[in-house]
Amino acid sequence: MSTAAAAPAAPRQSTLGHIAYVLKDNPVTMLAFAMFAVIILTAFIGPLIAPYDPLASNAARALEAPSWDHWFGTDNLGRDVFSRVLVATRLDLTISVAAVALSFIAGSVLGAAAGYWGGWLDAALSRILDTIMAFPLFVLAMGIVAAMGNTIENIIYATAVINLPFYARLVRAEVNIRRNAGFAQAAKLSGNSDVRVLALHIFPNALPPMMVQISLNLGWAILNAAGLSFIGLGVRPPTPEWGIMVAEGANFIVSGEWWLAFFPGMALVLAVFTFNLLGDGLRDMVDPRRRT
Amino acid sequence: MERLKPILTRIAQAIPVVVGVVVISFVLTRALPGDPAVFFAGAAADAASIEQVRSELGLDQPLPVQFLYYVQDLASGDLGNSVSTGQPVATDLARRLPASLELTLAALLLSCSIAVPLGVLAATRPGSWVDHVCRVLVTTGVSMPTFFTGILLIYVFYYLLGWAPSPLGRLDFMYIEPDRVTGFFLIDAALVGDWETWLAALKQLALPAITLALFTMAPIARMTRAAMLAALSSDFIRTARAAGLTRRKILYGYALRNALLPVVTTLGMVFSFTLGANVLVEKVFAWPGIGSYAVEALVASDYAAVQGFVLAMALLFVALNLVIDIAYAAIDPRIGFESQ
Repeated sequence: MSTAAAAPAAPRQSTLGHIAYVLKDNPVTMLAFAMFAVIILTAFIGPLIAPYDPLASNAARALEAPSWDHWFGTDNLGRDVFSRVLVATRLDLTISVAAVALSFIAGSVLGAAAGYWGGWLDAALSRILDTIMAFPLFVLAMGIVAAMGNTIENIIYATAVINLPFYARLVRAEVNIRRNAGFAQAAKLSGNSDVRVLALHIFPNALPPMMVQISLNLGWAILNAAGLSFIGLGVRPPTPEWGIMVAEGANFIVSGEWWLAFFPGMALVLAVFTFNLLGDGLRDMVDPRRRT
Repeated sequence: MERLKPILTRIAQAIPVVVGVVVISFVLTRALPGDPAVFFAGAAADAASIEQVRSELGLDQPLPVQFLYYVQDLASGDLGNSVSTGQPVATDLARRLPASLELTLAALLLSCSIAVPLGVLAATRPGSWVDHVCRVLVTTGVSMPTFFTGILLIYVFYYLLGWAPSPLGRLDFMYIEPDRVTGFFLIDAALVGDWETWLAALKQLALPAITLALFTMAPIARMTRAAMLAALSSDFIRTARAAGLTRRKILYGYALRNALLPVVTTLGMVFSFTLGANVLVEKVFAWPGIGSYAVEALVASDYAAVQGFVLAMALLFVALNLVIDIAYAAIDPRIGFESQ
């Protein structure tokens, strides 16, 4: 996605050609890119195109089934489910993007330092990551949010912490195998400092597999955040958010009002599905050998 | 003795992780909002009695000393008292653990019995419709939030079709719980021969177990497929084929047995996901396990219970991985722990 957009046209012609070739061969990835664009667009303009105020209740039209007026029906307070699902896109995406960005940055710095310098730094980091991975991750996120306080920021931090090991380990491995590579030594000999060699010469090599990890993790982060708000952590009603809407709708499913939980749930599934497909597609581009 | 050494090494490697887990859960406990001294002193307490309670609880000590007290309590199995139930957290957890384990094990059994054959089929016929079904199932499985799958299943099988009983707990209120032997209703009911209760318990268990199984099927099927593909393209399979062994013998006698090792390792990871997903599934189905206990505690701001739950889960998970690794070394003598 960003490679295609940011690449200068002339020298990357072959890369673009390769991406086009892989995409042509794989219509599913193309569909994933299209769905990704729709989700991003919804996140930006969702509140503008929502037909109703997502918070405005209307007791006269509570619990109505989907109709032309209310495409996704109305909830127990008469709020329009379609508008709420649209508006929630921004919040869900913000939480997962912020969490993944945090763990990407922190994981890159820690993993690169550990992989490049090794020694006690490496040993200490490995032990800490092992400890984090020793917890069932969703349970750890619950514990962190419970300890730090029940806010959206803490949901982001908790999600970032449980994603951190994946990035740190990946970067560490990628940096470690290139630490003494010819190009790294050449850069060192021509007078670059350690940090500069690490940041500008070695680290960029880790970016392609990182992109795949980011895409897969975005889906996972959305699931995690929605799961946390489903059990009542983080986002509070009446804020529209997919997880909490499913939780509220769950009370009505046994009496047959399926649309309350179904549509936000499907939005969630669609978003996660898109990110997973995108991750698989990116992997095909980055590393054809691991195609499954 | 030769075989024992790597196992002891592996157990030694788990020690720093356990220490780390205890330290993290101590930090989480101390970071909690609210002052436990004020809480335990009661509503009518004045400043002096709060101070007295504080020193009784050891909260006036520096943090390292407090940590020692914490470890001491843990060593005697004391996880603190739950505010909402008034019971020691350890007792609550022990009482509710069988419900969670019954659900988790039933789900894992179900998902293995579907995912492993599916993975084998997909690997033996790459590119066929079975392979595509496997891929779609895998991607859908990891994209479906468990709480949403559970709600969909309730709608279809309870509301629309009426096949499932109401999704409230382990047993319909019309039945009496079987006498507690293992705490697993299916086993306890079978032990006393009460098949009516057994069937009722199975019906309650079906939907939550299917929900969890759908979620765990994806990684198992994916791993089985990959491991089978690797095994089928290896030299010993080529030799077996050249020697003219039957297809069945090659597939199940040699390839599958070798492919199962990485699948067992994946099971450890899957178990971690399942423990997390359990929390959500138990909430959806009002299942009285430790997951819903933790959720109730969270809602009631009962932090000792939440932290006890987190710690118990982590220790359970460390122990399970230890067992898997040791089993792995016992099954396959080539695996040494030195190389890891």
